[in-house]
Amino acid sequence: MKVKAGTWVQVRATVLSPGERAPAVPPDTARVPLEMRVKGFLLEETEMGKEACVSTVTGRRARGTLEAVEPWHTHGFGEAIPELLTIGPELRKFLGGDPS
Amino acid sequence: MRSYPGTMARRNEIMMASVGIDYQRFNEGILAFNYEAMMEEVGYGLEEVTRIQKGVSVGNTPLIELRNLTRLARRLAPPGKGARIFLKDEAANPSGSFKDRRAALSAYHAKTLGYKGMIAATSGNYGAAVASQAAALGLECIVAQEVYDSQGRGQPEILEKGRKCEAYGAEVVQLTVGPELFYVFLLLLEETGYFNASLYTPFAIAGIETLGYEVGTQVTSQVGRPPAAVLVTHAGGGNITGTARGLRKAGCQSTHVVAVSVDLSGLHMASDRDFNRKSFTTGHTGFGVPFATWPDRVDVPRNAARPLRYMDRYVTVSQGEVFYVTEALSQLEGLERGPAGNTSLAAALVIAGEYPEDEAVVVQETEYTGAGKLPSSQLSFARGLGVKVRRGDPGESIPGQSIVTPEHPGQLRLTEVDLEGLARSYLRKALAALEGKSLDASTVCFLAQEVRQSEDFVREFASVSAQESR
Repeated sequence: MKVKAGTWVQVRATVLSPGERAPAVPPDTARVPLEMRVKGFLLEETEMGKEACVSTVTGRRARGTLEAVEPWHTHGFGEAIPELLTIGPELRKFLGGDPS
Repeated sequence: MRSYPGTMARRNEIMMASVGIDYQRFNEGILAFNYEAMMEEVGYGLEEVTRIQKGVSVGNTPLIELRNLTRLARRLAPPGKGARIFLKDEAANPSGSFKDRRAALSAYHAKTLGYKGMIAATSGNYGAAVASQAAALGLECIVAQEVYDSQGRGQPEILEKGRKCEAYGAEVVQLTVGPELFYVFLLLLEETGYFNASLYTPFAIAGIETLGYEVGTQVTSQVGRPPAAVLVTHAGGGNITGTARGLRKAGCQSTHVVAVSVDLSGLHMASDRDFNRKSFTTGHTGFGVPFATWPDRVDVPRNAARPLRYMDRYVTVSQGEVFYVTEALSQLEGLERGPAGNTSLAAALVIAGEYPEDEAVVVQETEYTGAGKLPSSQLSFARGLGVKVRRGDPGESIPGQSIVTPEHPGQLRLTEVDLEGLARSYLRKALAALEGKSLDASTVCFLAQEVRQSEDFVREFASVSAQESR
C-alpha cells in the first residue's frame, strides 16, 4: 500500500542494535535493539513497511520504517476486575450508618 | 558519527549548554558541593515561585478533608487514635498533577533565557506538565518516553501520558525499555538546542516548595496546628525534597515527613521482561531506593533533589493495597484520582491510627485519572501478561507475579525501610566514587548532611570499610 505525502503516520527505527546496548543493561534487554517510534507528516509518498521520512510537530525530520497510517490511541478503561468490584460495598458495610 | 560512547562522553558539555547553569562553581571537593548555595543562587525565592506559578494558574490547590476515610482509619485504630486525614488535590493543576509546579519553573526559566523549546525525558506526569506549560508559554516541546517492551506492548498508564503530551501539541518520542533513553535525550538536545526541562534543577525543586508551604499554611489555618505528618509518594526524590523545604518555610518544624513507595523489589527496572510486569510506573522502590542512595544519577550534574536529607521515615506498601485505597477514595469520598498518587493514601489509613484524633495527617498529592490510568486498565494489562490478581493478605503478593487486594481494611500494612541502611548504601557509593582518596573534614561534613547522620557515623563507616577492604 502506498501512502501519500502529507499523511500523519508513525515510523519505527532502531537506535541501538543488540551489540551496541549500554554495558549495564540486563541480558534480556541486551539481546534486543533499542527502538524508537515517532509520529509526523510523511514527506514523500512511501510504501508501507519501507524507509520513510517525516516532519514531526516540532518541525524535526525523523526517519524510520513506515508502520502506521493515522495512528490513534487504543488504550482504554480495562476489563471488569472482580477483585475490585466489591471493595466499595464492603467498605460501606464496614462503616455502617450515615456519615457523621 | 554520533556513537553511544561518544555522545555519553560529551554528556556534561551537552547538559551545561541545555540548562545554562555552571554547576562547577558550587563544588567544594570531589564529592562535596554547597547545596544550599546552589538552591539559593540558582533557584527562585518562594514569593517569586508563587508569582510565576500563579501567572499560569498552577498551585493554590484545595485541601480536602477525607471524613469517611478518617472514620475508616478510626475503626481500625486504638481508642483515641485516628488523626484527621487531609488530601492536597494536586489534580486541580492545569495538566492534572503536582508536576505542573516543577514544569512552570522550567518553562519560565527556558523562556527567560531565550530557548525556543524544551525537552523532558520522562514516562510520567511530568511530560504532560512540561507539554502543558510549553503550550502556555509558546515554546516547542519534545517528550522522550520509555514505553514499549521489545514486543511493542506499552504500559497503558504511559501510553495515556503520551496521549496527553500530544494533546498539548508536544512531539512524543517513544522508546523501548532501557537506560539509553538518556542517550536519545542527549541527541535530541544537541539536534534542537532546546532547554533541558530536567526534573532535578534547583528551580524545578523550588517549584515544589510552594506545595509544602501551602500544605503547612492550609492545615495550620483549618486545624489550628501544623500537620503531625505529611505523607509523600516517593520516586525520584523531588517531591519529598521540595515539600519538606516548603513545610520548613511555613514554620512546620515538628511535622514528620514520611516517604511512601510501592514495593517492587525483585523487579529490574531496565529489564525488557520485568518492565511490563509492574503495575506502577512511578512512586515505586525501583526509583525510590536508588535515587535516595545516589541522587546524582540524573540528567543534570548535581541533583537538587536530595531525599535522604529530608526523610523522617520511609515506608512501603504493595500494589494491591494502592488499588484497594483507590477504590476506597472513589467510593467513600467521591474522588476518582490516581492510582500512583494514592500510594501515600494507602499508608495514611495506617499512619493516621498512630496519632491522636485531634492531629492532622496529610496526603500531599493526587493526580488526574482516566483511560490507561485506572486500576481496571492496569490490572487488565497485568492479567494479560500472566500476573495473578486475587483477594487476600497483601503481604503474600510477589511483585511481577501476583497482585493481592486486601479482603478487609485491617489487612493494610506498612513495611518500614531502614534509613540507616539507606545511609550506609549511600556512603558505600560515595567511598567508591572517591577512588581511595582520603576523606577530608569538609567531605565528612557534607556526607553527614547528605545521609542525615552524625559525622561520627560517616567516619565509623569509612573506617570499617577500609578495614574490610584490606
